Amino acid sequence: MKILVGYKRVVDYNVRIQVKPDGSGVVTEGVKLSANPFDEIALEEALRLREKGIATDVVVATIGPADCQAHLRNGLAMGANRAIHVVTSEAIQPLTAARTLLKLIEKEQPDLVILGKQAIDDDCNQTGQMLAALWNRPQATFASKVEISGSTAKVTREVDAGLETIEIDLPAVITTDLRLNEPRFTKLPDIMKAKSKPLESIPLESLGVESGDSLKTTAYAAPPKRSKGVMVKDVAELVALLKTKGLV
Amino acid sequence: MSKVLIVAEHLNGKLNSSTARCVTCAKAFHAESIDILVLADAPDAIAAEAAAIAGVGKVLTVANTANAHALAAVYAPQVVAAAAGYSHVLAPSTTFGKDLAPRVAALLGVAQVSDIAEVLGAHSFKRPIYAGNAIITVEAPATATLIGTVRTASFAAAEAGGSAAVEALSISAELPTHTRFVELQQGKSDRPDLQSAGRVVSGGRGVGSAENFSVIYKLADKLGAAVGASRAAVDAGYVPSDMQVGQTGKIISPELYLAIGISGAIQHLTGIKDAGTIVAINKDGEAPIFEIADIGLVGDLFTLVPQLEAALG
Repeated sequence: MKILVGYKRVVDYNVRIQVKPDGSGVVTEGVKLSANPFDEIALEEALRLREKGIATDVVVATIGPADCQAHLRNGLAMGANRAIHVVTSEAIQPLTAARTLLKLIEKEQPDLVILGKQAIDDDCNQTGQMLAALWNRPQATFASKVEISGSTAKVTREVDAGLETIEIDLPAVITTDLRLNEPRFTKLPDIMKAKSKPLESIPLESLGVESGDSLKTTAYAAPPKRSKGVMVKDVAELVALLKTKGLV
Repeated sequence: MSKVLIVAEHLNGKLNSSTARCVTCAKAFHAESIDILVLADAPDAIAAEAAAIAGVGKVLTVANTANAHALAAVYAPQVVAAAAGYSHVLAPSTTFGKDLAPRVAALLGVAQVSDIAEVLGAHSFKRPIYAGNAIITVEAPATATLIGTVRTASFAAAEAGGSAAVEALSISAELPTHTRFVELQQGKSDRPDLQSAGRVVSGGRGVGSAENFSVIYKLADKLGAAVGASRAAVDAGYVPSDMQVGQTGKIISPELYLAIGISGAIQHLTGIKDAGTIVAINKDGEAPIFEIADIGLVGDLFTLVPQLEAALG
């Protein structure tokens, strides 16, 4: 079984996001960039399926500027067999990302595609579902457990009402939620090994993808702040205040 | 002028309040008509609830045993068929809507605006990015069908008082069988629903164990409140994941929110910033939760919470 993993580079989750004073964007110059945490979980799941003997080939793919190569090397160091870099200097939107990944599916013919449920930069939560629709295949989003048996997968999904289990025919798209697994740490020898693993670069223009980037972001702003409230000294004061506000 | 179709979210024969919140969102851009689509195996009772929401023009139902469970792959082609003639298709930004809407958008070949938090116009919205650390203004083309998910905490539920007509729709779309429902494990609770409750009491890592969570439940029951938890408490196994409040859990807007033993990680704060009044009880006076709490009380929760419960008599 071959697994294709979407592996986006984003601003590291520990970075405190700041909106530029002129509202033209958020500050990304000089900030640490890392793999989208949900995509690391996706890669980890693919590697575990390979270690169980279910998968044989794990391919990580990203869509991004030329300097994303180092990012893909991290995915290879974590354990992916190969990497594909679709090169574009433009920031693309989810529909374009899904159409691009569909081209990679046509080329690679994977049995399973695993993506993060959302990227922690734009928080769109769309690409996996869009890809599944365009591919005309099942989707299992927000996965917290994946069991493959033959040509089907049983996926437990974290939904608002609880845990939903669905069965899907393969090939299919799975998107990961936080509790699916804990990604491994990369070891130094693996970083060395990753340098010689195959990494293919494909210019986005060469794939013939119709752009779906129809949304325009016209302004960025910092979120409205909640003002710091009052501190009370004991429960009696708390209850009195809640009563004044008519809340209890 | 905008003609809006809202895809109803429902479970066990009951309409979810997220649907009425989408109606409020559509009203905010002065939609010419607001219709609701109910896909279900037995849609009548759900449709009756939807028809009672003030401002709804008509309720369209598609009865099909294939619609017994909300499988996005099964629902999406039907939504696409029903969407003809509409300028907007909206769904709540709950796990239901997040799963379904992008599939619909891709089938239509259009973009989606996720997590609409504020309406500036029929094709202009504000939405959060970077876990709510920035708010962007997004303009969508007026020439294409607009698919949007509505951040439910940002809109109050439209009130009852409507009496919309209910029409059965026959849709001939071919439905896939490659996706099959197996089961839903639902936390059994007589407490109010976390997403729509007016009062919520949440516990965090400071609660210390699953057993200790009884302190939280007791206070919640005294207040008639729903119970939530921080991601730390869920990850530690104190409570199930469907109780998680925050960026990756439920985003809520109760009138009263009590955060107990919760330090206030940014991803938790993202989930509660629309709450009316936030009360924090934590032993660490430096915890970030106190930066946003309206009322803070520093001390041991195992002393203070039972005191609070008693004081509410």
